[in-house]
Amino acid sequence: MAAPLTLLLIVAVTIRAVLFRSSLAELISARVEVVSPLNAWKRVVEGLALLDLGVSPYSGDVFHETPLMIYLFHFTVDYAEIVFIVSAYFFRKQKYALESDRYSADCLELLRSPKEMFYIPLKVAMFYLLNPFTILSCVAKSTCGLNNAIIALFIFCTLKGSALLSGILLALATYQSIYPLTLFAPALLFFLQRLYIPVNLRRSSFWFFTLQYAFMYVGSLVVITGLSFFLLGSWDFIPSVYGFIFSVPDLTPNIGLFWYFFAEMFEHFRLFFSCVFQINVFFYTIPLSIKLKEHPVFLIFMQIAIISIFKSYPTVGDVALYMAFLPAWSHLYRFLRNIFLVSCVLLACSALFPVLWHLWIYAGSANSNFYYAITLLFNFGQVKVFTTTWLTNCEWKNRWRNKVSLFINLY
Amino acid sequence: MAAHRCGLSLVCILIFSSLAHPSSCDTLEKANDNTAEKRSISEVNTDGSVAGEALNERQWQSTDAEVDRSDSTTHSEALTPAAARDEFQEELVIRPLHSGDIYASFQFRTLWDTDFLQEGQKVSHYRLFPKSLGQVLSKFSVRELHISFTQGFWRTMQWGQPFIPSPPGAELWVWFHDTVSDVDGNWKELTNVLSGIFCASLNFIDLTNTVQPSASFKPLGLGNATDHRFLRYATLPREIVCTENLTPWKKLLPCGSKAGLAVLMKSEKLFHSSFHSQAVHIRPICQDEQCSSKAWELRQTLNVVFDLHTSGQGKKEWSLFKMFSRTLTEACPLASSSKVYVDITDNPEGELFELSPATPLLGQAVVLGDRRTYSVYDLSRAETFGQLRSFNLLLRWKGDSGDMLRPLLHAERYVAGFGLQTGEIHTVIYNNHPYRAFPVLLMDSVPWYLQLYIHTLTVTSKSRDNKPSYIHYQPAKDRHRPHLLEMLIQLPPHSMTEVTVQFERALLKWTEYTPDPNHDLTSIVPVKEESSYFVRVYTEPLLVNLPTPDFSMPYNVICLTCTVVAVGYGSFYNLLTRTFQVDEPSPPLSKRLANLIRRMRGVPLLT
Repeated sequence: MAAPLTLLLIVAVTIRAVLFRSSLAELISARVEVVSPLNAWKRVVEGLALLDLGVSPYSGDVFHETPLMIYLFHFTVDYAEIVFIVSAYFFRKQKYALESDRYSADCLELLRSPKEMFYIPLKVAMFYLLNPFTILSCVAKSTCGLNNAIIALFIFCTLKGSALLSGILLALATYQSIYPLTLFAPALLFFLQRLYIPVNLRRSSFWFFTLQYAFMYVGSLVVITGLSFFLLGSWDFIPSVYGFIFSVPDLTPNIGLFWYFFAEMFEHFRLFFSCVFQINVFFYTIPLSIKLKEHPVFLIFMQIAIISIFKSYPTVGDVALYMAFLPAWSHLYRFLRNIFLVSCVLLACSALFPVLWHLWIYAGSANSNFYYAITLLFNFGQVKVFTTTWLTNCEWKNRWRNKVSLFINLY
Repeated sequence: MAAHRCGLSLVCILIFSSLAHPSSCDTLEKANDNTAEKRSISEVNTDGSVAGEALNERQWQSTDAEVDRSDSTTHSEALTPAAARDEFQEELVIRPLHSGDIYASFQFRTLWDTDFLQEGQKVSHYRLFPKSLGQVLSKFSVRELHISFTQGFWRTMQWGQPFIPSPPGAELWVWFHDTVSDVDGNWKELTNVLSGIFCASLNFIDLTNTVQPSASFKPLGLGNATDHRFLRYATLPREIVCTENLTPWKKLLPCGSKAGLAVLMKSEKLFHSSFHSQAVHIRPICQDEQCSSKAWELRQTLNVVFDLHTSGQGKKEWSLFKMFSRTLTEACPLASSSKVYVDITDNPEGELFELSPATPLLGQAVVLGDRRTYSVYDLSRAETFGQLRSFNLLLRWKGDSGDMLRPLLHAERYVAGFGLQTGEIHTVIYNNHPYRAFPVLLMDSVPWYLQLYIHTLTVTSKSRDNKPSYIHYQPAKDRHRPHLLEMLIQLPPHSMTEVTVQFERALLKWTEYTPDPNHDLTSIVPVKEESSYFVRVYTEPLLVNLPTPDFSMPYNVICLTCTVVAVGYGSFYNLLTRTFQVDEPSPPLSKRLANLIRRMRGVPLLT
């Protein structure tokens, strides 16, 4: 297992290094599909320059990173490329480890051949490292890669069973961008399942563990936020980072649904629609947790997919994160409906994004509607991908359950 | 019939009012006569600097008005403390330019020693000082007010430096008194009131285009503490100047446009020019050398440059009649001094142009570090008007003018880059002095929708890096305030300095675009100053295109986006609430019939 993985790592690092040194790096850093106002590298450099000038980076509207990120890059700004490659490597390691770990725990996997299982971690690693989206995101030095690494570490710690580390990493991920808050529920469910505590609201053991985990999570969040306050000496970063994520003032085009909607909306309904769009991300947590309480890993995948599609400033790095999980359910590939259509839609949209951007911004022969249409189609395709996966998963579980019961009945 | 009658009565009322007006002027004229005579005599005798011209702002202290004031008036001041004295001076400076164009600069100066800001003493008796402005000053606790409306751009390379520079459009900067607690509130109300006074759309000045410069502006009048919290500066480069702005401006003058130099200001000719700028400057000044008491100075200036070629005929000849389609018949009776100055520095022996009628009076002044000689025509003397009771200055060019001296400081600005996403602003500053280096303060105010990246700021002189010694940068807050960049740069002699900064264009909400947004969008006007004799140079405003959304689509966009969200929601709802059942395939018809018969017979069914 080590040899193919090492080979894969070498290939991935080579590709990234080559692209870093070429002239494409500048071009990619400016693409709106790859970077957003939240995680663009240019803005990180701008924030550091403002800090050097003696002006608070949050006094303007250019910089929206968290203070810990400023200090991380303050020291490593010259080695930024290395930081990003290293984070990609850690991500790989976590993915690999988590895959190899997970399948021993999931009972459904008993029904698959051991040989298949053996190659799944490698496939996951390959899906992530060699995914063009991830490569673009890394070459653009978007901080999305760092966020993905933190989420991957969190999943790894959750699967390993260490509640404290998992709480701390989840707090860090939430501190970076608020949306990973929804991952609290699947992590909790996983721990409960692992510790054989039934999810029953009347049982005290359930509440005891929930409170413990919540305390660890909230405590680390408070500590991290307090640390940021002391680093910069003011609470300016809260409206600049979190207020920015929620109120969406910057309408730079990206691959999400928010920008054109908020550009064309009637002003009277601004607050209403902001609330609707943000609630849309969070409110699927409870129903999904109830439905998928026996399958917390799948729940994590669903939550990450929902966040990637409905967050306020999505980029292709977020898309790559949930796509990397798909090989974990490779047993479903035979049963996925319309997979050809959906993958064609996604591929075509990915190819059309830069074309229509060029036509709008540089050639002047198209207008914003063209780019917006492709955005709509891309998001529709993404929704179809994971609803199809979910549907197939349900069907497959149901079918196997019936077959197994039939099998038991016969004997 | 009734309408005709009331029309007639209206006409009568108008005639009466116009008859009533000169009589009041007559009584005042006599009082002013004595002082006017004294002043003209003193001026011929002294060959010192011509005072009353605020060409050189540092020399306002030696105004003749205060020096000549007789003792009788000071006595009266001691006896009646409430009586405030005011004085009005008007002048016109004509400067022929090397390109054949002509530059005419009017200045109307009202001095009034009173204190608007004194508590308890409400000023109610206005004579020469316009009441509307006086009330504005006391209500908003304004210490200094400078407002200008300009149409056209001053071409420094062809015309030299202007007396009072102004950027295209409207510009307003105000120093408030330090007793003001809410400066922003006062600023907002002040802009709206001034918008009404000048019939201009100054109400568009709000927080998104107001800046608070920290070093670029110093009070031009009296002022000890320069706390920049009380300074506000705003420009509206897209403001158009027309007759509606000129008329209320003329109304502020004591003689209106009926007598004196203001009769020349006819809008058909004034707006048919290359450059037109009218301004109002109010500031507190010292009354005498020791600065024992304060006075308020109101200066109304009108600068206009007439183009040789567009005014027809093509002959290089200028006269007051050709420029303004009027001639002067009398001085303003309320004015203590009324003069016309013609710049003859480049024409010492009369070889360049010929000036008629000739005049023995000469004056000299130091303007922007340059010693200039002027021919003076005193309009308060009857012989200036000659037999025809009309004064028409005639300037005829004789030879071809040589190259004019290049102006020392000159600035240009342009936007580089392509596409609607990013761009680069380049500001180029030329220092044409052969051996002197100048420190220059560059002030740049960029609207918030052009996001500047200050880490890309580069300043190069003679293709080498030139680090500014002072940088003050205030980044913009979206929809709240613009960017403000102030830098102190040392310009090496005989060099070109280039300042570049990259920016990104933002997509705005569809209601935030101006009408016809595909045509042009904005305006950034940087200001550059030089310390020793305070030259302020403005560069051109920039036109920047922004990416626009499709304005016809709000409803469609809402529907389509909500459709995609609904597809997601619908699929989720379906999968969350759906239960799966194994579906037994239904048996074929024959089997079903067989089972039916078996049931009737009571025999076990087929599977």
